[in-house]
Amino acid sequence: MVSNTRKIEPPSDDKRWRIVVGTMRRNGFARHSLIETLHTVQESFGFLDEESLNYVAESLRVPLSQVYGVSTFYHLFSLKPAGKHTCVACTGTACYIKGAPQLLAALAEKYGINPEQTTEDGNLSLLTARCVGSCGLGPVAVVDGEVVGKLTPDELLARLQEVMDHHDD
Amino acid sequence: MMIEKFEEITAEEQTAVAERDHTVKVCVAAGCLSSQSDQVLAALKDGASDHHGCHVKGVGCMGLCSQGPLVAVESKNSKTGAVMYQNVQPEDAPDIVDSLGKKPVARLELKTNVPFFQRQKKIVLENSGEIDPERIEEYIAAEGYQGLLTAVTEMTPIEVIDEIVRSGLRGRGGGGYPTGLKWTTVAKMDGPTKYVICNADEGDPGAFMDRSVLESDPHRVLEGMAIAGYAVGANEGYIYVRGEYPLAVERLKLAIRQANRLGVLGNRLLGTTFDFNIHIRLGAGAFVCGEETALIASIEGKRGTPRPRPPYPAEYGLWGKPTLINNVETFANVPAILRKGGAWYAGIGTEKSKGTKVFALAGSIQNTGLIEVPMGMSLREIIYDIGGGVPTGECKAVQTGGPSGGCIPADYFDTPVDYESLKALGSIMGSGGMIIMDDSSSMVDVARYFMEFCMTESCGKCIPCRVGTVHMHNLLDKIYKGKAQQRDLDMLEKLCDMVMNTSLCGLGQTAPNPVLSTLRYFRHEYLDLLVDGEGNGRIDTAVAPEPVEA
Repeated sequence: MVSNTRKIEPPSDDKRWRIVVGTMRRNGFARHSLIETLHTVQESFGFLDEESLNYVAESLRVPLSQVYGVSTFYHLFSLKPAGKHTCVACTGTACYIKGAPQLLAALAEKYGINPEQTTEDGNLSLLTARCVGSCGLGPVAVVDGEVVGKLTPDELLARLQEVMDHHDD
Repeated sequence: MMIEKFEEITAEEQTAVAERDHTVKVCVAAGCLSSQSDQVLAALKDGASDHHGCHVKGVGCMGLCSQGPLVAVESKNSKTGAVMYQNVQPEDAPDIVDSLGKKPVARLELKTNVPFFQRQKKIVLENSGEIDPERIEEYIAAEGYQGLLTAVTEMTPIEVIDEIVRSGLRGRGGGGYPTGLKWTTVAKMDGPTKYVICNADEGDPGAFMDRSVLESDPHRVLEGMAIAGYAVGANEGYIYVRGEYPLAVERLKLAIRQANRLGVLGNRLLGTTFDFNIHIRLGAGAFVCGEETALIASIEGKRGTPRPRPPYPAEYGLWGKPTLINNVETFANVPAILRKGGAWYAGIGTEKSKGTKVFALAGSIQNTGLIEVPMGMSLREIIYDIGGGVPTGECKAVQTGGPSGGCIPADYFDTPVDYESLKALGSIMGSGGMIIMDDSSSMVDVARYFMEFCMTESCGKCIPCRVGTVHMHNLLDKIYKGKAQQRDLDMLEKLCDMVMNTSLCGLGQTAPNPVLSTLRYFRHEYLDLLVDGEGNGRIDTAVAPEPVEA
């Protein structure tokens, strides 16, 4: 691997860019660290915007088309900012059999959002996951990073309400 | 010398254990953690802090995930063995601490003399639920890294491979390719640079075996990879882990750091001239990356699309170098084989499928969780004896192998579980997910569910898979909604045949399996839903309501 000698400045002096640069440096600015770098950008900023894609492409000397291709190929990367709160409903087989579709239907009815959508006020994003690996507890949802299992639609709605009310206080 | 160091660590651990009157183990694997077992652990640690001779620690998965958080108490002077508690809440901690040395807390007790615990045979999971996954010392005290030590100090690479060949171990990722043969092929390749990859991209929905192994006993996988590296002549290893498993990644990182510091991994490991360094690569949510060539592309930082084989990765793999790819569970078997010998391993299981297999039981079953049984055990024993049967209604079928597998109806439950028997039934062993379905599940809906999965997960490189899965999904949807006719069913069967025979990689080639197997055993359910069939488009009222269209 040829090391990168050009110095490319981050798009802004936001401190989070330092974490991103750290990841790239640890991997010697190698092209194959593209996915690792995008993971770090997503972790630091919550999503990948055009600016960050451009910056990563230039720093790693990977064509922008390839960066865009990779970031749209993998489900974990998001090009849109998420809502204030997130609810990830597991749609793995075990959860599906135990009633994940009912959870989604309840959310659609109450908040008017389908998977991969955010409410208009930007308060809640609904995502789906292909198995979070807690199959013993199905149906499972991950509400703001916390796994809640053995859910009924009412329990999930109550939980979301609780999380959102708590935040507004 | 390393052997003395190991003995020293083992002796220290044993003294520490001998000094304790009670050991309280709290499961801190993902299943129990999502029921807040970390708070239980903290509460128990708090409560036991002034209780002399009591040690509280977090351990890996104990298996019965649906009853979590699980706690096990081992007392030195107890005649009855370990006591297990289920559904433990932080508030229960004082009661458990008070009961130490006395009668167990009856309201929380989980009986351990039941088939779920007694019928299992643990090799891969032998340390799960026993040792603290975050301490290398405990792994070493449990004979960890002994296999690697024997391999690198007393055996030649060829002898190591011979041992694996003798064991009859086959790939646990689903295909069942003989591991010894794969290792031989990579070992024979010329060139100074080779790689070992551990496939931990467990994408099958409903399967959590690999995740549990990585969270409960990460060192075992590292040891297996290092032994493989020594055998095939590789100095670099990569573990490709799903991004959805943050806890597994964290524990792996810690384990690698500990192993490097102690000198059991890294350059000149264990005082020999052999170097082996392990790196972690994070997946980003693509099922197709479980396919080996797609996985390699993903490690190289590209889109995870497969390429035609040959050349196989054994010849032309990561960055064009010879590469050995095995699954987590395969690597986890290796240390035990080196320690106890290939002949010992070959004595377990059936004629063609040796050893044990870890299964994840989920769906409509009493005992949801993780089990390890010898190959050749019948589905009936697994589902009814170990699994405890379905909680309500009749057991209708079991789904094995995830989206690449099939549904096996209850009439065939006496089939022994091995690679060949499951294949003969139109399913596959797969990585080990077993989803049990009761009579409230519609098989057409299940087939549609898996087809929807394959449709969204298709990488789009080859047309049969990209377009075929969409059409098959539309047809299944039409059938399920009671709008289809006989000709739609005929078309579906034609498409199954086409997609199966013309797709590039395993994803497309096996995508029709759930449809074909449900058609084979539950054809009447399809016919009942046809407009011009006997059921006049009737939709079974017992089935789940419509999911929201994405």
